[in-house]
Formats: sequence, structure tokens, C-alpha cells
Amino acid sequence: MRELKILLIVIIFTGITYWGVEPLAHSVFHPHTPDADYTFKDVDGLNGVKGDASKGAEIATNCIGCHSIKSAGFEAPMSANDAAATYGVVPPDLSTAAKIYDHNYLAAFIKNPAVASKVAHKFDGVNKVHPMPGYDYLGNEAIADLIAYLGSIAPKDISAKAVFEDACSRCHSMKYAKISSTTQVDVVSKYMGSTPPDLSMMIRSRGDEYLHKFINDPQKLLHGTSMPRVGLTKESEEKVVEFMTQTGDSKKDERESLGPKVLMYLAILAVFAYLWKVKIWREVH
Amino acid sequence: MAHFKEANGVGEWLDQRLATGTLTKVLMTEYWIPKNINFLWAMGMVLAFTFKILVISGIFLLMYYKPDVNLAFDSVNYTIMQEVEYGWLFRHVHGVAASVVFLVIYIHMLVGIYYGSYKRGREMIWISGMLLFVTFSAEAFSGYMLPWGQMSYWAAQVITNLFGGIPLIGSELVIWIRGNFVVADATLTRFFMLHVLLLPLAIMMIIVLHFYSLRIPHVNNQECEELDFDKEAEKYKKGDKKGAKIIPFWPVFMAKDVFVVAVFMIFFFYLVFYHYNFAMDPVNFDQANPMKTPAHIYPEWYFLWSYEVLRGFFFSSDLGLAAFGVANIIFFLMPFLDKDKTVKPAHKRPMFFIWFWLLIIDMIVLTVYGKLPPTGPNAWIGFVASVVFLVLFVLLPIITKIDFNKAGGK
Repeated sequence: MRELKILLIVIIFTGITYWGVEPLAHSVFHPHTPDADYTFKDVDGLNGVKGDASKGAEIATNCIGCHSIKSAGFEAPMSANDAAATYGVVPPDLSTAAKIYDHNYLAAFIKNPAVASKVAHKFDGVNKVHPMPGYDYLGNEAIADLIAYLGSIAPKDISAKAVFEDACSRCHSMKYAKISSTTQVDVVSKYMGSTPPDLSMMIRSRGDEYLHKFINDPQKLLHGTSMPRVGLTKESEEKVVEFMTQTGDSKKDERESLGPKVLMYLAILAVFAYLWKVKIWREVH
Repeated sequence: MAHFKEANGVGEWLDQRLATGTLTKVLMTEYWIPKNINFLWAMGMVLAFTFKILVISGIFLLMYYKPDVNLAFDSVNYTIMQEVEYGWLFRHVHGVAASVVFLVIYIHMLVGIYYGSYKRGREMIWISGMLLFVTFSAEAFSGYMLPWGQMSYWAAQVITNLFGGIPLIGSELVIWIRGNFVVADATLTRFFMLHVLLLPLAIMMIIVLHFYSLRIPHVNNQECEELDFDKEAEKYKKGDKKGAKIIPFWPVFMAKDVFVVAVFMIFFFYLVFYHYNFAMDPVNFDQANPMKTPAHIYPEWYFLWSYEVLRGFFFSSDLGLAAFGVANIIFFLMPFLDKDKTVKPAHKRPMFFIWFWLLIIDMIVLTVYGKLPPTGPNAWIGFVASVVFLVLFVLLPIITKIDFNKAGGK
């Protein structure tokens, strides 16, 4: 009984200390932020308009001056390096855009890229202009048609790695997955104002909860950052985080399957150790 | 040349040459421990076991780790964590053990304080133990730098900078420690040397000293009863095992320790697999970047209380440094600050009992506020807790004297 009382005291004081240096300190360092919003309800998007893919194909000719749409046979008009030198960053291929990005967000982005991606503080339109011009003059219908067209040429399934490459790797490298940013580092550093970090170990340094909130809306967690909100759907963002886990925490499955076995072994060991102790101490008590 | 008879088996052969029989008696079967103990007496063995885990996992990590600022981070986070079979397990085990070992050290120390196991002949046990605390601290600090993450770098920057506050030689000393004007490759390689050679060597030697220092005064017991070990040993050897107040180290004492170690291992491996962030700070998975200061710089949890004594005097860094210096050596002086000439558990020493729990509460407050940002009321709480810590040790000789006098010297 006395031993249990002592154990209880040890546990209580250890627990209080743990609570102070972990949960309490973290709640102070990282105040609670609202959950990720995958509906992008703040944007001026499709506004309920349904598009027509066949009409959209024509409107897409506006895009291929800068963008490639490889799934529809449009190659990039310039090499990646030339494009980066011209625009500051390599323009994305649009083959998967309607698969991985939310359609409302995509519509809002086409209308006004800097506002939709929440980087208007950087591209104020006076000192610095966003490399993609706004197309709000096309009107809701035309933009809806364009997105319907992009949807018609988008793949049905996409791998986690492909989502990561399309959504992140124009600026970010991930050396543990042997991925280099498609925009050269010095060029993208100039474009963004600082070097976008390598994402190899982000799953361990930030954790998946933070990553989800951050990718969904970078400004919410890092006010003033030049990283744009890219408008990934929930499903695509989960794939991005999945790929980051495969890269930075590649032994997660092994860890989770080994854990119970080791603990079970030790529990059995403890039982035998207890029986041995009782046997030995019977002689001296 | 001494005369050797033909040996009957390996055991006898070894005994003839190395006196293994006598050695086993001296170290194991006739090394006497009091019977009246609780599981807190197993903390020494838990520590020995955890240290063994640290050494073994450390040896495996050493096979792949590269002490170079350009290679260190990737050798840890790519080679060891992703490429090497079960490399992640060895790193998790090493990282978590390095943190948990301090929890057990603190329990071990506080048990010593509670039961007065540092005085009346046991001074050298205490002092060698405190030397272990200091060398373990240096070992932990040097090891924390090796993954070359953000917190490795910035903690090293802040802590080495502390030496700059030492009068006259301060600024030269900082450069001498770092091997450069800033924390850089030279710093990493010398901390690597300290971590894998000099400090573990020192720790192992001090562990031997610590064990040896127990031989003559013997381990204390739950009631702090003074025992005649020779008389009790006679009793035990004659077969009165129930009547004797002592037990042999092997197998009786160890039978209990093995059980405690097994239970401890369940807790430890639970942390290794499921709850490791407290010991492996996520911030340290960002590579060291001298151009980018982390939002919050803090040491590992086990240094927070003394770090808070340093920060507590927020209006004067010199005063803070002096208090920090005192905090780091004051526990060495326990045997000499305690003026009670008897050995009794704290619950039989009215004022010391209050002192003990105040000390624990104060150290927890220091630990918690050592991590929080030192702004607004936090700074004042830290200041008050730091002053309380120092005052407690000023009061110690007085209150122990009063307890002693009130008890009539018994």
C-alpha cells in the first residue's frame, strides 16, 4: 500500500511537470486557430454557374500563351528556365488543375489571382504585379466553361506524389524524395523574397495538423508570408500530407506495427519478473 | 610462481586465477542491502539500465552519424531515420532515453534528499552522484547539438554565450569553447568528441566511484535505521533470513529491481513508439539556420529550472548568471548545509518536511515558467520563484538546526 502511495505521488508530480512543459507551453506558443476551410467560402467563385466544357476549350486558348496543358496536347511555349526568368516562377501545367484544386477557388483565382491566393500584400498591383493577370472581365459563365473544360481533360485518379509535384514543387524542393523545385532556387528566392524551405522533414517539424491548416490558408498561421493559398481540395491536400509523411516519416507504419509487439513482450516480462520477485522474497519476509 | 592444482571445470579454473568466487561474494551474494526499502531504491538500477540503453543505441547511431555541418542533419534525418533498417528505432530510443534518464535522476536525487541519504558518512555517495548529474547534463547538452537542427544550433548559441558573462576572461572563453567566433563546424566536431568519448568515459568512471562509495556507509533504508551490517550478515548467513534486517544484492535485491526495471521499460517504450515529441522537439527537425532565429528558444525540459533561475533576474543578466552558477552547485553542498546530525526521513523532521515540498513545488514552477515566454507576469513569477529557490538554501542550515534541537538531538 505504501509503495502505491509513493508511486501515486511520483506520478502526480511528474504529470504536473509534463503538463506545464508540453500542453501548456504549446498552447501558449501556438494559440488555437480555426480548422481548415475546404469550401473557400470567402472567395468570389463560380457563384453556382454550371459551365460547358466544349465552350471552355475555346477560352483555354487564353491560357496556353503561358501555360502548358499537356493532357490536351499543348506544350509549354517556353523552357522552364526561360519562363521562370520571365514570370519569376514557372507557370503550372493545367492538366490536373481541375482535379486537385477546388473549383470555386479556381474560378476566384482566375478572376483575381492575388486576392484569391491571399498575396495581395505582396502584389499590390502598383509596385509589384502578379505574374498572372486577372480575367474577371470574362464573366462568370466563361470562367465556369473554362473550368468545366479543365475538368473534362483532368485525370480521374492522381497519385500523392503527382499532387505534391503539381501543387508544391514549382517553388519547394524535397531532397529526401529527390525532387528539386522546377523554378531554380535563386530565381524563386528572388520571386518569393526568401528561399522556400525544403519540405523533406516538414511532417516531423510541423506535424500533420499544422500542415493541413497551413496549406489550406498560410496567412492564418504565418501572417504576411509570401506563400500563396493554393486552393487544394480536402482530398488533394490529404495526398500532399500523405506524400510528406512517406518522405519525412517513411517508417511510420513500421513504428506503429512494432510498438504493440514490444509492449506486449515487456508486459509478459514484467509478469514473470513479478513472480520471480515474489518467489525470492518469500524466503526473507 | 604460485602452486596451481588441476582445475575441475571452467568455474574453478577461473576462480583459481581470478578469485571469481570471492569477487561474486563481494559484489553480489554478500553485498548487503537493507531489507526495509521501497521501489524508490530501485532507481539506481533503473538509471544503470537506462545508461546502458543510451550507450548501446549510441554505438549504433555512431556508425552512420557524420559530424560535419554539411552532413550532420541529413545523416540523422535521412540516413538513420529513413534508410538504415531500424535506424529510426535507435534514434527514438536514444533521444527518449536521454530525456527520461533525467526524470529518473531527479527522482533518485529527491529520494536521497527526502531520506537524508547524503550525510553522516554518506557524503561521498552524494557528491559522486552530483558529479554524475553534472556530467550527464554536459553529455545531454553536447548530444543535443549533434543532429544540427534549429534548436541544436540556437541552444548551443545561447548556452555557450553564457560563458561570456564570466568577468575578465568571458569573451575569450566563449571563442575558446566554440573554436570559432560563432557556433560552427569546429563547435560541432568538438561537441561530438565530448559526447562520444570524453564525457561517456568520465561518466563510466564516476559510476564506478559512485558504486564504490556505497560500500562502507551502505545504502540507507526507509526508516533511516542505523544497522550493524556485520551482525545482520551473520544472522542471514546462519539461515535467519526472515529475522535479518538485510538482504544480499543478488538475488534478493535484484529480484525486486528487475521487476521495477521491467515496469519502467513498458513506460519507456510506450514513449519511444507513441509519445516522443517531448524528447525530440519538432523544431529540431528544421535544419540549423544561423540567419533565422526560432520564435521561441528554450532548453530541454530538464534544464528549464536552472535556465529560469538565470532568466528570473530579468533586470540584470549579471545577477542572473551569478544565481545560475549558485543553482548549479548548491546541491553539492546539501551534506554541509544540513545541520541536523541525525539521519531521519523528512516526515520525521517537521520543518525540513515543509522545506522539501516547497523545494519540489518551486522547482516545478521554475521548470514550467522556464519554457513560457518571459513577458508580463511570467517574468515576475520567474523572479519570485528564483528568489525562493535561493532563499530555501539560505534557510536550510537554520531550519535543520531547529529540527535537530527540537528533537533533542535524537
